[in-house]
Amino acid sequence: MIVTVEHATTYRYDRPVRGVVQSHRLTPARFDGQTVLAWHVAVSDGTPGGAFRDGAGDWVQSHSAHGPLSEITVTVTGRVDTRDLAGVLRGHRERIPAQAYLRDTAPTRPDKALTSLAREAVVGVEGDLDRAHRLCAAVAEAIAYRPGTTHAHTTAAEALSLGEGVCQDHAHALIAAARSQELPARYVSGYLGSDGDGEAAAEAAHAWAEIWVSGLGWVGFDAANGCCPDERYIRLGSGFDSRSASPIRGIARGEAEESLDVSVSVRAVQQQ
Amino acid sequence: MLSRTAENLYWIARYMERAEKTARLLEVGARIALMPGGVDGYRNEWDALLRASGTAEGFAEKYGDAVQRNIESFLFFDTDNPSSIAACVGKARENGRVVRTALTTQVWDALNTAFQELKALQRTPRSEVPLSHMVDWTLRHCAQVRGAIEATQLRNDNWDFLHLGYFLERGDNTARLLDVKYFVLLPRIDFVGSGLDNYQWATLLRALSAHRAFHWAYGGDVTAHKIAHFLILNPQCPRSLRTCAQGMSDHLDRLARGYQRSTPVQSHARTLLGELAEMTVEDVFEEGLHEFLTRYIGEVGRIGQLVGEVYLSGDVR
Amino acid sequence: MPVHFNEMYDGGYVRPPYARLGDWTESMPAELRHLKQAEAEALFRRIGITFAVYGEGGDPDRLIPFDMFPRVFTQAEWRRMDRGIKQRARALNAFLADVYDRAEIVKAGRIPAHLVWRNEAYEPAVAGIRPPRGVYSHIVGIDIVRTGPEDFYVLEDNCRTPSGVSYMLENREIMMRLFPGLFRENRIEPVDGYPEALRRTLASVAPQKCDGEPEIVILTPGPLNSAYYEHSFLADLMGVELVEGQDLFVEGEHVWARTTRGPRRVDVIYRRVDDAFIDPLCFRPESMLGVAGLMDVYRSGGVTIASAPGAGVADDKAVYVFVPEMIRFYLGEEPILQNVPTWQCGKRDELKYVLDHLPELVVKEVHGSGGYGMLVGPASTAEQIARFRERLVSDPGNYIAQPTLSLSTCPTFVEDGVAPRHVDLRPYCLVGERIELVPGGLTRVALTEGSLVVNSSQGGGVKDTWVLAE
Repeated sequence: MIVTVEHATTYRYDRPVRGVVQSHRLTPARFDGQTVLAWHVAVSDGTPGGAFRDGAGDWVQSHSAHGPLSEITVTVTGRVDTRDLAGVLRGHRERIPAQAYLRDTAPTRPDKALTSLAREAVVGVEGDLDRAHRLCAAVAEAIAYRPGTTHAHTTAAEALSLGEGVCQDHAHALIAAARSQELPARYVSGYLGSDGDGEAAAEAAHAWAEIWVSGLGWVGFDAANGCCPDERYIRLGSGFDSRSASPIRGIARGEAEESLDVSVSVRAVQQQ
Repeated sequence: MLSRTAENLYWIARYMERAEKTARLLEVGARIALMPGGVDGYRNEWDALLRASGTAEGFAEKYGDAVQRNIESFLFFDTDNPSSIAACVGKARENGRVVRTALTTQVWDALNTAFQELKALQRTPRSEVPLSHMVDWTLRHCAQVRGAIEATQLRNDNWDFLHLGYFLERGDNTARLLDVKYFVLLPRIDFVGSGLDNYQWATLLRALSAHRAFHWAYGGDVTAHKIAHFLILNPQCPRSLRTCAQGMSDHLDRLARGYQRSTPVQSHARTLLGELAEMTVEDVFEEGLHEFLTRYIGEVGRIGQLVGEVYLSGDVR
Repeated sequence: MPVHFNEMYDGGYVRPPYARLGDWTESMPAELRHLKQAEAEALFRRIGITFAVYGEGGDPDRLIPFDMFPRVFTQAEWRRMDRGIKQRARALNAFLADVYDRAEIVKAGRIPAHLVWRNEAYEPAVAGIRPPRGVYSHIVGIDIVRTGPEDFYVLEDNCRTPSGVSYMLENREIMMRLFPGLFRENRIEPVDGYPEALRRTLASVAPQKCDGEPEIVILTPGPLNSAYYEHSFLADLMGVELVEGQDLFVEGEHVWARTTRGPRRVDVIYRRVDDAFIDPLCFRPESMLGVAGLMDVYRSGGVTIASAPGAGVADDKAVYVFVPEMIRFYLGEEPILQNVPTWQCGKRDELKYVLDHLPELVVKEVHGSGGYGMLVGPASTAEQIARFRERLVSDPGNYIAQPTLSLSTCPTFVEDGVAPRHVDLRPYCLVGERIELVPGGLTRVALTEGSLVVNSSQGGGVKDTWVLAE
């Protein structure tokens, strides 16, 4: 499938700032499930900094601009040829061992409810893969998709007690549940293509979880959609939680309020 | 040099000079208080001093009446008062500690010794610390720090930022002390030229350690014109506005040469110096002493602001 | 009570390295001693070398007590330590290079995987990144204790930013001022080459993108940090800038310092700021002490950070147990300096032993430092032991235990003369293009009679440490 991406993010400052530093994880991952046909990242101001492939196998490009600056826009356009690997991250090279992904972070720290949700989901289930599927289903069931009720800093435990959230909350909750069962898990950010304007279009800038399955390696699980990533998905990069996997991390120097404006369109087109 | 280092050096000098000014204010107050009182309509001279140092409100809130002992506490010991000697010496030493590596051992030693002795003084019963001792102590330590700077610091940009701080603060202080005398201390215009007036002028000179120098330079009676000339226009007087403007301009020019880059702050300082060099004392009185001083204080403030923008913010390119 | 090895008096005889110090103390009247002690204190205070303890409050300008009686090693004793310390520093760096790359030692089963991968100090952000010359820990502080003439043990390793080296240098300066005669009578190896050696070490690990003479800075959390004096002292002696996070910024592929002439490129950062605070973009977002974007510049070869973030995974007390194994694995050598036998409370049978023998053991937190959160069995009351037992049982994996070593003593000036007090030693090993070690270190002394805790935060003092020339 060919998936096309048009993604623009604008940061606006109510007072000019002295400078902006950003770290971009905006390049599709290299693995058997996707081939980049064209990809371009443009920033409205400043200069690109160093770039490197990190221990998780992601391409990181830094960027900086000096002020005075009132806004900065990051635009991503590209086309990727994708294949359905049933969520398996085949052919991906990375240095960090799976076991390192058992550590908690603030948004993925499990509370009692998350731990017991996980425990009950896997009762009597053998094998990492089946356990991971059960966990994914349990999280999908426990947290309904509803935009606007959670925010960027909502934790997995909070989203579970609320019973609703968006893809970020599903991913956090699934990660917390998996780790509580000693299954290494991590956060993946990327894009989800659609052919219309339905729910999937609203989640075009998407996130899901990967769980380490012995024998298979990393396998993606999208609790928000109750499935494993297929050819509609473009994988960018991963991290311990939404912050560490964020496609754009940035800090502005100066005392200004920041506001964010995002427009994203991801189209999945069946190949002729 | 790091911008922050330059900023710390600059503030070491400003705080030390400010401590010195506060000590001189204390001395002026003490001497004037020795004058026979009872002048009709004459306000409490201590109160006038507080207003001159811009701290009257803070004082009133904390202490109420302007009696000598409270004023001494407030101006010397009280770290709630940002202009107190204790506050200034403490901040100068803190700035020094941060840029310890930019100072010679002798300069640091002088700053640190002042601070350690101050702590001992704070523990001493007040009855054993007469005002004259406070004043002498402060002037001595300020001189030691300055002397150590003169004798041991390299003549590099550190040196320039220290001196920018000194000259800027000193010019400002001289202008304010002059303004106090003219505008605040003397209760009514008909006291001009009176015995009280002359006594106050003489006291002011003494407070600026310039009494004898003045007589060497001018001789004869103390008059407002002579004093104004001495403290504003005379390039020989170490605290005159002209000398301070010259110092600022010289050090800014050295920086511009060293950095091979001239900025608006250099031309600003040169303009001020040019004006003072060509002025006569008649021009000053024609403009009005108070009006002139207010304008001068504004100009110095502007130079301080430009120094901040150009050198201390670290944002110049 | 065990008999402690006294480094000066061996069964009534004075051991050779201390030969000339017997006369020195005997011929010193009490008044002179007090005079000298006061002089030393005044000197410390004047140069501003003071010590503040995190979280203890109190006087930030407190002096760390200085004891004038020096601690002395022979050349032969030092040679062995020198080889042992360098060996250890090499192995620790090899371990770091390995765990952030292919992790052969874990694959070979020579260290349990969870001790590495689940270690808080393992920093995924540096995995796969090879720092210049493959060095992660550029300044390795190795704490050594002695229990007999030939018995030296490593108590712990410090691979992050070991502090205290300024005391090593200042203690020597002060001793030379107070007692110049001693330095004429004894031939003592100098330590004052340390700052230059440190500068050389840092320059040798300049990043790929640095052309020409590297610009080195020391990054400090600021004057409120307890080791600020040391930061500024080293910067001064090395002739480099002492910067705070606010003085640096990232632009393009480099880190820059704000100067009065405009931005100036920085190539090597000797940072005295903890990992979590060095880059708010990568680590704690609320940190005001770091530089936003620093880690990206580091990881793309634009700047060197010394020591590397994540270096701490080599120095926690659970990993410590495996350092002899690292020496064998990476260097193919036998350890020259021994580890203290250690029980890992995370293991069930070892925990049982520890619980049964608490009154004899020293129990420490795996990630603790500074002498906090530890139990010294023989010096504790039954009640203290009972309370510690509860903590230990509730989280055994967080503790290790060691026998209470009978630490050597060194003569120390006390109220009414000279008396033996327990000491340890921290030498500072530099790792860059070469491995360097100045002959000496910081001797810490437990000033309270019988105490084994030498930490300055808990009543410890310091001594000048001599290595005699041949």
